[in-house]
Amino acid sequence: MKIVLADYGAGNLRSVCSALGRAGAEAVVSPEPRATREADLAVIAGVGHLAACAAGMQQTGLADALRERVESGRPVLGICVGLQMLFEESEEGGTGLGFFSGPVVRLQARRVPHMGWNTLSLRGEPKILEGLDGEDVYFAHSYTARPAEELPGAEVEHGGTIVAAVERGALAGVQFHPERSGSAGARLLRNAIAWSKSA
Amino acid sequence: MVKKRLIPCLDVTKGRVVKGVRFVELRDVGDPVEMATRYSEYGADELVFLDITASVFGHDPIVELVERAATELEIPFTVGGGVSTLEHARRLLRLGADKVAVNRAAVERPELLTELAAEFGAQAVVCAIDSKKVAPRKGEVVTHGARRPQGLDTIEWALEAVERGAGEILLTSIDADGTREGYDLEITGLVCDAVSVPVIASGGAGTVKHLADAFEVGAEAALVASIVHEAPERIPEIKRELKEAGWPVRI
Repeated sequence: MKIVLADYGAGNLRSVCSALGRAGAEAVVSPEPRATREADLAVIAGVGHLAACAAGMQQTGLADALRERVESGRPVLGICVGLQMLFEESEEGGTGLGFFSGPVVRLQARRVPHMGWNTLSLRGEPKILEGLDGEDVYFAHSYTARPAEELPGAEVEHGGTIVAAVERGALAGVQFHPERSGSAGARLLRNAIAWSKSA
Repeated sequence: MVKKRLIPCLDVTKGRVVKGVRFVELRDVGDPVEMATRYSEYGADELVFLDITASVFGHDPIVELVERAATELEIPFTVGGGVSTLEHARRLLRLGADKVAVNRAAVERPELLTELAAEFGAQAVVCAIDSKKVAPRKGEVVTHGARRPQGLDTIEWALEAVERGAGEILLTSIDADGTREGYDLEITGLVCDAVSVPVIASGGAGTVKHLADAFEVGAEAALVASIVHEAPERIPEIKRELKEAGWPVRI
């Protein structure tokens, strides 16, 4: 079981990498499209603007490697801006990889960024979220994906209902930070490892 | 609904956690990462490491500490104190800090907030403001461990900081800090009403009631020091009491 975190030059991936290690996986950070292509599970993580992330993905060839994986049904997990990257155009500028339909829009709430612990409400039966209904996880973001279709996953309330996680087949994303979400976050990562083995 | 946060603040100097009254009379209270891990296990929602000597003497902030904290902690943490340049902040964030808090550097060059937000997103940028009461409903921004007044209105500066890219305001009342007599609710409430980002109340927490008071005036989070440093095992009890008082907290 080998997990590769696609290093497209944005943000710190080591925290996620060490959290995956704690969850029992062998995880590495790599800028090589080949590593992302060949991994048992590819992870898109990081922080910052979607536009910069998308540009980094294109320039490094990682976007193509991820597209190949998704087309052949091999597991990909997006975390935080990585979830947003799975969608289409962003109000922040830039365009995601478009694996899911729908835009990324600015949050409409009294306090933005949405910062802190919030309670997951599950939709459907997403495998990566097994046992996490009603659990609190940590969010830190100003933009949110707005899926064009109903997807299994999870939602939270912040100035309305917003997407916390989505899952369709071997493709999944979480808006929160599992690496900073205590035992609930560790559970998510263990679920994701198990899901990627069966997906 | 997003939960109200309890954030222990670890004032760090030369690799050790210290606590002082009104920024002076420092005494040693422990190892930062050990203390942080213990707080996390007891249910702290987030942590702040502030290198309180850095901006006075021009030291580098706590690089080694950040590396350890990033791999060992399972809750988010902010690093502040002497973060003076974009390169400096970038280094801390790349090492795994979830957020950086900038104080004096942002006052001296507000563009720093914009540059950081452009690269890492507003959610990674905390503007720390130390405020001293100068008149009713009016605070003045002070820097250099509260030694230097900046002639800048606290509320106006908070608004500008958010406009420029700060995703959170860490507001410390210099008058209340270390007293355990409660947060300065007046300035905290005024800043909370003025800005659109979360505000962390800081300085003066002594009882659970003080935390609830800060939430009442609009703070999203309460920074605590003495009340948890001396008895971290009280964190679950503090959170339970807040929950019983009707506040949404993570148990």
